Amino acid sequence: MHISEGILSAPVLISGGVIAAAGTVIGLKKVDYARIMPTALLSSAFFVASLIHVPLGPGSVHLVLNGLLGIILGWAGFPAILIALFLQAIFFQFGGLVVLGVNTVTMAVPALCCYYLVRPWLKNPKTRPVAAFCAGALAIFLSSLLVALALALSDSGFLTTAKVIIGANVPIMIIEGFITMFTVTFLARVQPEILHLDQP
Amino acid sequence: MNFEQFSQGSSFLHRADPRVKIINTAVLSLVIALCQNFATALAGLLIAILLTIAARLSPKQVLRRLLIVNSFNILLWLLLPLTYGGRPVIDFAGIGLSKPGLFLAALITIKANAIILIFISLLATSTVARLGHGLQKLHLSPRLCVLLLFSYRYITVIHQEYQRLQRAAKLRCFRPGTNLHTYKTYAHMLGMLLVKSWNRAARVQQAMALRGFSGRFYSLQELEMNRKDYLMLTGLLLGGMGLFLLEGALK
Repeated sequence: MHISEGILSAPVLISGGVIAAAGTVIGLKKVDYARIMPTALLSSAFFVASLIHVPLGPGSVHLVLNGLLGIILGWAGFPAILIALFLQAIFFQFGGLVVLGVNTVTMAVPALCCYYLVRPWLKNPKTRPVAAFCAGALAIFLSSLLVALALALSDSGFLTTAKVIIGANVPIMIIEGFITMFTVTFLARVQPEILHLDQP
Repeated sequence: MNFEQFSQGSSFLHRADPRVKIINTAVLSLVIALCQNFATALAGLLIAILLTIAARLSPKQVLRRLLIVNSFNILLWLLLPLTYGGRPVIDFAGIGLSKPGLFLAALITIKANAIILIFISLLATSTVARLGHGLQKLHLSPRLCVLLLFSYRYITVIHQEYQRLQRAAKLRCFRPGTNLHTYKTYAHMLGMLLVKSWNRAARVQQAMALRGFSGRFYSLQELEMNRKDYLMLTGLLLGGMGLFLLEGALK
């Protein structure tokens, strides 16, 4: 869900850049020396995950998984998403340098919301699947909302386009919800320290 | 899978200092992204095309890349003329098309393509390793540079691990479809990928600690600006300024 270059207005681009920079600075503060490697390798894993195409009806969609990323990385999700988007821009020219800030915000802020809203519910094995499903779906919903907002604030003529984008993301929300749910229950069984559920 | 298909080449853009390329890309894309006039956007597109020619890339690959990237613009062409509103309406086969909507879609398409071509010719012609080194020299946070370089280093490794999981699933007759079983299988493959990355991170961390890693990379290739780099920096900055002045004059 990238906004390409050349669409957004200056105020939106600048505020996106400022929020992304602030989030990245806080995120980097939380990534101490011991957490550099896990954060770096999980960013590459999420980059690879975004290359996975999951079938949906006759077509296919690629995974975003910012909800899962938020649950695992928290504030460190900001630099991780920034890096993944930068690499996507270099490798595939999706997005670009000027919109990098806005794109980071539209992905990382929902991830952070999941970290604070959903994580407390993951500790209890009974609520875990539902909470994980909500994280996956909520993150995509919020992301599409933020993308729509960025477009609508740039030019009121984008309003219908923005609505179309939110509508088109509804099936993706459901898929991401299921994938996040199954992945979280898998991780809780196989390697629970990735989810660091023992921490407050 | 080669992610950096444009980074191999022998043109002067491939050899130029990454710092120059980063600064010039940022300035040029910013000016083009913010312009509102067709003349400025077209001038920017001209600069972008000249740079792409100078980079001597495979035209087929560049065009294929442009085609993929323009898919979002196609959506805009379909939606904006119908939904933008505004007065001057063109009647086309009984459907009213908004003229400002058409103009906006055209302007965005020109701007987006110009910026993408600049991005391909200036940034994608360097490896991320060199760009990371350049960013470090430009005093970007060292921790962010380390994160960038390590993620870059392990993307291919992790991608190969995913392909191995995918092969294993295929050998067991996994056929993806729109059903819960498919999503569950993908989720488990993804979970396995995260587990492998997590454990690999621990091993890399130990290996780096053993080699006295203190959180900073030292490159063996010293970056040194030569006369050509300064020439390119000034030339493209003047180009950016020219676009800026053109935009101001047309307002």
